[in-house]
Amino acid sequence: MVKKISAASLVAALLSLLPAWAWAAGGAATDLVVVADTRALHGFNLYLAELYNQDMWMFATWAVVLTSVLGVGLGLLMDLIMSHVGLDLGKSAGHVEH
Amino acid sequence: MDWLYMHMPIAGVDIFWPGLVLIGYSVGVIGGFFGMGGAWMVTPGLNILGFPMAFAIGTDIAHIAGKSMISTMRHSKFGNVDYRLGFIMLIGTMAGIELGAQIVMALERIGRIGPVVRWVYVVFLALIALMVFYDYYKAVKNRNKSDDPSHTGATGGVNWAPALHKINLPPMMHFRVANIHCSIWLPITVSFVTGVLAGFLGIGGGLLRMPALIYFIGAPTHVAVGTDLFEVMISGLYGAFTYSLKGRIELVAVFVMLCGAAIGAQIGTVATKYAQGYGIRVVFGCAVLACMVSIILKQYGINVAATVIILGAISSICIYIMVIMFRGAAAELREKKMNSAGAKA
Repeated sequence: MVKKISAASLVAALLSLLPAWAWAAGGAATDLVVVADTRALHGFNLYLAELYNQDMWMFATWAVVLTSVLGVGLGLLMDLIMSHVGLDLGKSAGHVEH
Repeated sequence: MDWLYMHMPIAGVDIFWPGLVLIGYSVGVIGGFFGMGGAWMVTPGLNILGFPMAFAIGTDIAHIAGKSMISTMRHSKFGNVDYRLGFIMLIGTMAGIELGAQIVMALERIGRIGPVVRWVYVVFLALIALMVFYDYYKAVKNRNKSDDPSHTGATGGVNWAPALHKINLPPMMHFRVANIHCSIWLPITVSFVTGVLAGFLGIGGGLLRMPALIYFIGAPTHVAVGTDLFEVMISGLYGAFTYSLKGRIELVAVFVMLCGAAIGAQIGTVATKYAQGYGIRVVFGCAVLACMVSIILKQYGINVAATVIILGAISSICIYIMVIMFRGAAAELREKKMNSAGAKA
């Protein structure tokens, strides 16, 4: 009886794998590739779009570096402006923002 | 009216740029005022403005990374960041974000990303609104009770940390700044779950991570806040990197929104000085509900109404906070003037 149940379970397990094998036969689906259209672009937009099309790793590195630099730069600039008008937010430990 | 539209070089769409500035500015004001991120409105907002959903998520996560950097720097100055805990949590956070991003890409491949992310957002925003209104209800109830002399005023959530610290799954580690000793699998698990959500929705994840740090991991509140900000920053940068590699980020939009957010954050922060009462929480809850309604409208293709509702809601809450700030600042200046006149007399 136990043998029969085991055999039936094995067959059921193999059958359940069939759709997965059939699916795998077509090969894994790939990501949709987005290509930036550079024909009508100029200046910084053109640079970004060309970088995006040609070297994704460099584009990703630039994305992280530029976001960090702009985030810190703008934050420090605004702190400076606010301290000039008499509100130094950098001295407040209680202030939290995400 | 072409001048009102800005071309996005990667996504190839023309976007109503005042809407982009308004979203960035509102995230800054609301984040600065309420102390919680406004990322929940960015992904739906960008999608409603015309960004494909995967681009909206990637752009949101990069924008949050830039915005959180300066806050993290401030908190690290005050010693509020437990770096050991932060670095351990990064393992879970980064793995979670990658899994979230992979789910997004898989949904994009099968053409289901828009509806799935929108409905997950609807549930997520409903939970935030519920939390905000419940918080308001509790505050009103406690205020009424505090009039009663027999009421001690003690409040607090259920703290699971002592029980979870007893899980003796090696390796065990001591976190000096947070002053806790636990299995490293505890912070890794917590950060993994929040990371998946952050990577999938394009948010910082602090809304979930911070309570989890306090109630599950047992970190003191100020350390939870600082360490959470550290996680938001690093996870945002990793999110920006991985979404850039997948080609789903629009840097021009990130820069435009960061400029708006930098100004808005200062206004929101200054306004906290003059805000009183819990009424503002109700306004916040209503803005969350309006955002939720606009996502549902977008899902059913009612784009104009969706755009009007989301931009209208975030504009209203920004105006409300700015009125608080300008009224408070004007009253303070008047008081200072009167005091100096009195001293002279």
